[in-house]
Amino acid sequence: MTAVTASSADPLTRYEAVIGIEVHCQLRTDSKMFCACSTAQDDAAPNTHVCPVCLGLPGALPVINRRAVEHVLATGLAIEATVPEATRWDRKNYFYPDLPKGYQISQYDLPLASMGRLTIETSDGPFEVTITRAHLEEDTARLIHSTAVDGRKVSLIDFDRSGVPLMEIVTEPVIRTAEQARRYAEELQLLLRAIGASDADMERGQLRVEANVSLRPRGTEAFGTRVEVKNMNSFRSLERAIEHEIVRLAAALDAGEPLRQETRGWSDDRGETYHMRWKESSDDYRYFPEPDLPPLHVEPAWLEALRESMPELPAARRARYATALGLSAYDAAVLTADADAATLFEGTLAAGGPALAAKSVANWVTGEYLRLRNAATDAEPVAVDPAELAALIAAVEGSEVSRSNGKEVLEAHAGGGGSVAAIIAARGFRQISDAGAVGAAVDEVLAANPGAVADFHAGKAQAVGFLVGQVMKATRGQANAAVVQAAIRARLGSPG
Amino acid sequence: MATTSTDVTRLHAHEMAAALRAGTTSSRELAGAHLDLAERQDRGLNAWLTIDRARALEEADAADARLARARADGAGAFDALHPLLGVPIALKDLVSVKGGQCTAGSRILEGYRAPYDAHITERLRDVGAVILGKTNMDEFAMGSSTEHSAFGPTANPWALDRVPGGSSGGSAAAVAAYHAPLSVGTDTGGSIRQPAALTGIVGLKPTYGRVSRYGIVAFASSLDQIGPFARDARDAAALLHAIAGRDERDSTSSPVAVPDALLRLPAGDDEAADGLRGKRFGLPREYFVSGMEPGVEARVREAVAALETAGATVEDVSLPHTEYGLATYYIVAPAEASANLARYDGIRFGPRLGEVGGDVLSGYLATRGQGFGPEVKRRIMLGTYALSTGYYDAYYLKAQKVRTLIKGDFDALWAQGFDALVAPTSPTVAFRFGARMADPVSMYLSDACTLPVNMAGLPGVSIPAGLSEGLPVGLQLIGAPWSEPALFTIARGYEAISADADWRSLEPTGLAALDDPATPTLRR
Amino acid sequence: MATLSRADVEHVAHLARLGLREDELALLEGQLNHILDQYAILATVPTDHIAPTAQTIELENILREDVARPSLPVEAILANAAEHHDGRIVVPAILGGD
Repeated sequence: MTAVTASSADPLTRYEAVIGIEVHCQLRTDSKMFCACSTAQDDAAPNTHVCPVCLGLPGALPVINRRAVEHVLATGLAIEATVPEATRWDRKNYFYPDLPKGYQISQYDLPLASMGRLTIETSDGPFEVTITRAHLEEDTARLIHSTAVDGRKVSLIDFDRSGVPLMEIVTEPVIRTAEQARRYAEELQLLLRAIGASDADMERGQLRVEANVSLRPRGTEAFGTRVEVKNMNSFRSLERAIEHEIVRLAAALDAGEPLRQETRGWSDDRGETYHMRWKESSDDYRYFPEPDLPPLHVEPAWLEALRESMPELPAARRARYATALGLSAYDAAVLTADADAATLFEGTLAAGGPALAAKSVANWVTGEYLRLRNAATDAEPVAVDPAELAALIAAVEGSEVSRSNGKEVLEAHAGGGGSVAAIIAARGFRQISDAGAVGAAVDEVLAANPGAVADFHAGKAQAVGFLVGQVMKATRGQANAAVVQAAIRARLGSPG
Repeated sequence: MATTSTDVTRLHAHEMAAALRAGTTSSRELAGAHLDLAERQDRGLNAWLTIDRARALEEADAADARLARARADGAGAFDALHPLLGVPIALKDLVSVKGGQCTAGSRILEGYRAPYDAHITERLRDVGAVILGKTNMDEFAMGSSTEHSAFGPTANPWALDRVPGGSSGGSAAAVAAYHAPLSVGTDTGGSIRQPAALTGIVGLKPTYGRVSRYGIVAFASSLDQIGPFARDARDAAALLHAIAGRDERDSTSSPVAVPDALLRLPAGDDEAADGLRGKRFGLPREYFVSGMEPGVEARVREAVAALETAGATVEDVSLPHTEYGLATYYIVAPAEASANLARYDGIRFGPRLGEVGGDVLSGYLATRGQGFGPEVKRRIMLGTYALSTGYYDAYYLKAQKVRTLIKGDFDALWAQGFDALVAPTSPTVAFRFGARMADPVSMYLSDACTLPVNMAGLPGVSIPAGLSEGLPVGLQLIGAPWSEPALFTIARGYEAISADADWRSLEPTGLAALDDPATPTLRR
Repeated sequence: MATLSRADVEHVAHLARLGLREDELALLEGQLNHILDQYAILATVPTDHIAPTAQTIELENILREDVARPSLPVEAILANAAEHHDGRIVVPAILGGD
């Protein structure tokens, strides 16, 4: 094994990486792809969501889940793919203990969506990824390898995952860097979540990303020997795995080592890939049309109805936030990437009316709200009512509450402390901006602090800060600091 | 008709239904008599793989209770009951019955107990039929003689040294031998019609999609259909009525309505014979194949003449692609089977064969290599090959295209307005054990006249048309999709015009030997 | 039409995961070639403009609504398995790349 230590930037000066991404995502449905067993898995005991169909018993037959089909059709629309009017199902034949029927019902030459695209933002600007196809198939059972049964090496099968609807999305080999690959996967996750097709959580195996990586000398066209890398459980590990593989392949090519098509796994702990299996030329899936399922005819009206119910997609939302609402690209991206934040942002804007500036709402949501939300626990959840946040922002903007007290109000509200108005009242946070009321407090403080007054006249400008602080203390923070400072300066005149 | 008032096993199902309603018999009596006969005679027949007396009697008692309630409810209450209520029935051992064995004639399913009911099992329970047990069959329905059962061959009740046909040979023999008035079989290339012909009973393969395949062990999914065996057209039609209809668990099951006409075939011979008047039949010349026995051809042509005498017209027609049927079928069916049989791996059900301590691959090879019989392995090999890289287009795709042409041949005739086609069911009468076992192709030829019907998805029925050399000959009626009521009307008409024929009064000639303790057992 | 060699027969048997004895392989080599000879007739049928028929049923878009229903009890799932452990079905370890 060639030691891999060099930085990834180095080999890419000599070689061009050719990367295609294959994503399998579990679709968000209540029941499985071809039977009515529940798809819930997190809390399920093994083999409790299993029936003759997803166990592959003799005589069992599949029936298509409409929602799963619609998720793929919606994905096709979202990536501007071609959806064929007629499509069908095929059997992909291979033997593996996690595949109960000995074939997987999938789609071979007529996928539900083909030739789509997804534009991603990278550090080098926008980049369009061409998507070859998206099709529907069924997930396999979960295998656990164990030596716990009489000390023998065995595998244990849980069929709860067997038959969960799975969408496979394959790109053309157009990706050139690990960063592009990561951004593509992230953008795809956002898209799938936005249209409700999948929860797309990588750690929970709902979004499985595999990268096909090969290198070729810069300036050449022919593809190099391809390696498939899998088992990445985060976007970061996807990027690292590809970076690692580019360096490893370059070193092998430099050393003149022969390459063979293989599947490699990514070890997050060791930060490297490892050999899993060679790709056999004898792999022969013997696809043929699934005789147990009639074909699918995607009527234009069906597609149109899905198009009409399509929510705003992430790219469109980012563009709207930046152009129509004037948010920074960063704020637009942060809000779009976080469903909670986006919902609160939109709701607050709507509740606040035209007087509320989108930019200040964005600041509150991306700043204070996300800080609170990210620190929340199951025991101490946070919930912010958009109308309350609108009222709070209006109060701060209108100088009724100081910004720092405003943050405290939001924290209290988010923790279940009641309405913003009630919290402000209870904590006495309403600012005193009335010059007369402030003036009385200023007079008292000046009288009580002759030393500081003397310092001021001696030219120590920072004495004003001390005096403002004393007034704020005397008014328990309610005085408007700007009004206080103006009153002090009016009374003391210019510093000596 | 040679029935006696004391032996209820000689009754037709519709006669049993009448007797149950009249109160002259009970479902328990019917079940008991058939169970007694089957248990006494089956060692020489081997029609049954399992007989479940306890469960059958329980179901019979439940049927008697339903009849008693209807009787108490008074006039009209019987009308709501299906004619199969309380009537005994046998199921081919590939129909799932919850808690029961379902071997499909294979070692690879020994010990497997289905945890669910097939759709048709539910339907039979709903109407109150009494399931006596499960019948013998060629392993995974692959065969035309029932010799490919892992549990020994079934004998033909007409000659115990001959096959009953197959693959539903056990179901056919059980009905021919009066062990049950009704049975269920499956037909992928002729597996109901050919054994019906060879045992002298009625057997119908319905239009594809007519009967749900849910819970039926699959052979070739685009060809398999489930259908009835009975000793007359009325009984077969009533059984089809009970099991047919849309099932949401089989995506290929059709929403086409199941006509109640299936329950109203004429009882009287005059009315039944009238049904033939003005009918227009086609006689496909390609079905009189080389190798057809003269006696079979003679019976078929006599039947055609009788139909004409009864007022029907019969015209010579052509199904020009018939000669490609065998090759097409023996690509399509094995290809689908190679996938359908991939699930038999010894992991989730069935015995795990081979050495303990091996890896998964060695487990697959041993379980499948030892668990399947030779014919099944042959067809899995054929199907795997036909689908494999480099051969798909030349074999599987080509066969699918020729299938289009075969179906088109039939469509052209329906467009010309034919009511049905009349043809032989099998080119020969029942052959001797072993006669075709050495040469698979000779066995495949048994289905030359039946398998085009499966490839076109059409209904076809075989009805008795006399004897040749003392063995039954079947007449096949083939109809357009969903024309089962018309086919049964024609079948009933033919029964009526041949009611006085000598052969109608004969019982199978091998029955006497079944009661002889010296008759050797066929069971393995 | 193609002829199956002994190596082809062994390859197909492996694809189908059928462990066959030497005598079975030898018998099948002969039988399969004999059957393939019968297939040769198909090559004579002109089918250039003929659509394939995979199914005879004239149905499409047979879909079910996404409603979860109860599954089988876990005991029923395990009852037919050759071996199970802690609610899971046991298989021999998966070795190599297979």
